[in-house]
Amino acid sequence: MGRRIGIEVSIALADAVKLANADVIAAYPITPQTHIVEHLAELVAEGELDAEYVPVESEHSALSACLGSSAAGARTFTATAGQGLELMHEVLYVASGMRLPIVMAVANRALSSPLSVWGDHSDAMAVRDTGWIQVFTENGQEVVDQIICAFKIAEDHNVLLPIMVHLDGFHLSHVIEPIEMPEESDVCEFLPPIHSPLTLHPSKPVAMGDFAPPVVFTEAKWAQEQAMSGVKKTIIQVWDEYAQKFGRSYHPVECYKCEGAKTLLFTMGSFSETAMSAVDSLRAKGVDIGLIRLRLWRPFPFEEFRAAVKGVKTLLVLDRSISSGGPGGPVASELKAALYNEADKPAVVSFIGGLGGRDITVDGFEQLITDGMRIAASGTDKEYEMIGVRE
Amino acid sequence: MQNLNIYASRLVSKEEPFAPGHRACIGCGEALAVRLAAKAFGPNTIVVNATGCMEIVASQYPYTSWQLPWIHTLFENSAAVASGIEAGLKAQMRKGTLPQEDINVVAIAGDGATLDIGLQALSGAMERGHNFLYLCFDNEAYMNTGIQRSSATPFGAATTTSPAGKVHAGQLSWKKNMPEIAVAHGIPYVATACPSYPFDLIEKVKKGLAVKGPAYIQIMSVCPTGWRCDTDISILLGRLAVETGVFPLYEVENGRYKMSMEPQKLKSLQEYTKLQRRFRHLKPETLAQIEARVVEEYENLVEKAK
Repeated sequence: MGRRIGIEVSIALADAVKLANADVIAAYPITPQTHIVEHLAELVAEGELDAEYVPVESEHSALSACLGSSAAGARTFTATAGQGLELMHEVLYVASGMRLPIVMAVANRALSSPLSVWGDHSDAMAVRDTGWIQVFTENGQEVVDQIICAFKIAEDHNVLLPIMVHLDGFHLSHVIEPIEMPEESDVCEFLPPIHSPLTLHPSKPVAMGDFAPPVVFTEAKWAQEQAMSGVKKTIIQVWDEYAQKFGRSYHPVECYKCEGAKTLLFTMGSFSETAMSAVDSLRAKGVDIGLIRLRLWRPFPFEEFRAAVKGVKTLLVLDRSISSGGPGGPVASELKAALYNEADKPAVVSFIGGLGGRDITVDGFEQLITDGMRIAASGTDKEYEMIGVRE
Repeated sequence: MQNLNIYASRLVSKEEPFAPGHRACIGCGEALAVRLAAKAFGPNTIVVNATGCMEIVASQYPYTSWQLPWIHTLFENSAAVASGIEAGLKAQMRKGTLPQEDINVVAIAGDGATLDIGLQALSGAMERGHNFLYLCFDNEAYMNTGIQRSSATPFGAATTTSPAGKVHAGQLSWKKNMPEIAVAHGIPYVATACPSYPFDLIEKVKKGLAVKGPAYIQIMSVCPTGWRCDTDISILLGRLAVETGVFPLYEVENGRYKMSMEPQKLKSLQEYTKLQRRFRHLKPETLAQIEARVVEEYENLVEKAK
């Protein structure tokens, strides 16, 4: 088993990329992702990681270079955040449409304007439909574990899709946590070398990225969608294998003190740990509350989610971004959609908060839960509640 | 180049990596240029194609005109994708997961993809010194989308977004000097070429591939559809572009300029423009103004090559 050390999560993430023996890292610096690629540049400069580090001139080129390197068969990593992810936007679709197993860490950040380098989930929600597998992490240990799993998932021949590992900017990326770093030899055994079935090489010429006339475009998208809907099986398999080897298990949807609870709070990302403390505190006061956390955002785990909320009366959802002029919280609206056809479905109360680095403390979560239960009991005509707005 | 003897054609490869059978318009100078360039690539080559005429011409699924590994991703990122391929191959060869061999990485793009939207990615790739060859097929507008102006469109030329009207007479800006921009990056090889001079073109592509580091070649590609000219005069117009000084042929090796072809006396600009209806609205005084600038720029170039 690995060593337990105190380390900044971004640095640990970069060390996990080293453990995965990446071949190419192409990246552009952007807060709060910067420490990740800085440390990777150091590892390459010191000869500790034998990889090509391509210091590109923009995020658009970062992901474009990753496309090229992945198409050439190399194990490829990049990291970005906020505006950088937006600048990559059109390239994201190409990477998934071409079925290239690129691994990307996203240190989640708010989007301008007003300019904010601090964290929320606006960047992740803006790229929701780009065809990437997307995993949200809760703590530093999970970041390390999920990065290693991400390579194995993306490169699996039943998958061959790019994957984003989301970690909350600053709230997670910049904290120092006790993390057990896996041994290199164990990672080697767990993660076989990349072997893509089709690569750009003169020994076997292939054409990639041809243009598709209307007669085949739909079929190409359908094939991609079928691949996407099948990956959950592989993801669960890889997480199970990881649990067997490293002792830490992960699931698409996880429950905390949900037994018998009629009200559940729903969270994604690192705020889930704060929410757990709020649940503990309220449970001690006799409040009937549990926490449900979503780890796998794409593909959305419909079955596991529906099973987890079965029999629940109220679902309180925290979104850390706004679908402006629309239903309010993008996550809450997805959950409503997932429950629409269920006969016995919970009432969904949608909260938006934690935007642009605004913290939500344990007290804040307790308040949210109390308010949410009151709203559920009395009913409301508002689509969502915006929390923490200073009048 | 004028001294190349008649046997030169026999030395050209008979292989056609850019296969016969594609969707280019009649008289397409670019398809010809791509075919000649591909002969110089050799089989150990990976081609990265920007969105544009040549991607549409050569790649409609399930067909391909390429006998080489080929990839198209987006309009503006061919230089960045090529950077990634070069880095990916390098890392895998160093780590022993791919056999060690020389593989050429060639990015090809039109003038819109190069001088406009893709300039940043190209500049970044040249600055980083990737070992790749970038070919810009310059037909002086966004032809694939229907003849809109680019920053390679010459002054005065009418396109659908620089139309000749009562107030403005065609393109209002002078052609961006992309080869000079490439030279300013300090890369080992920059050149211009034209398929009307096929051996020169092939030779330059070979040179560009042979240098270690980035090489940039801008290739004049006559476009009868966009230039509003007859389809049987593409070769003639390419020659006239060179002979009038509109598109001088030269190369810059490690900063040293060399003219590839020096006409004894430049032909009159009118000989070139009168064959293209994109210039038909131009008044004699505008043509004279353009000609004066063409001659001045040509003389400056010849001076640099001395």
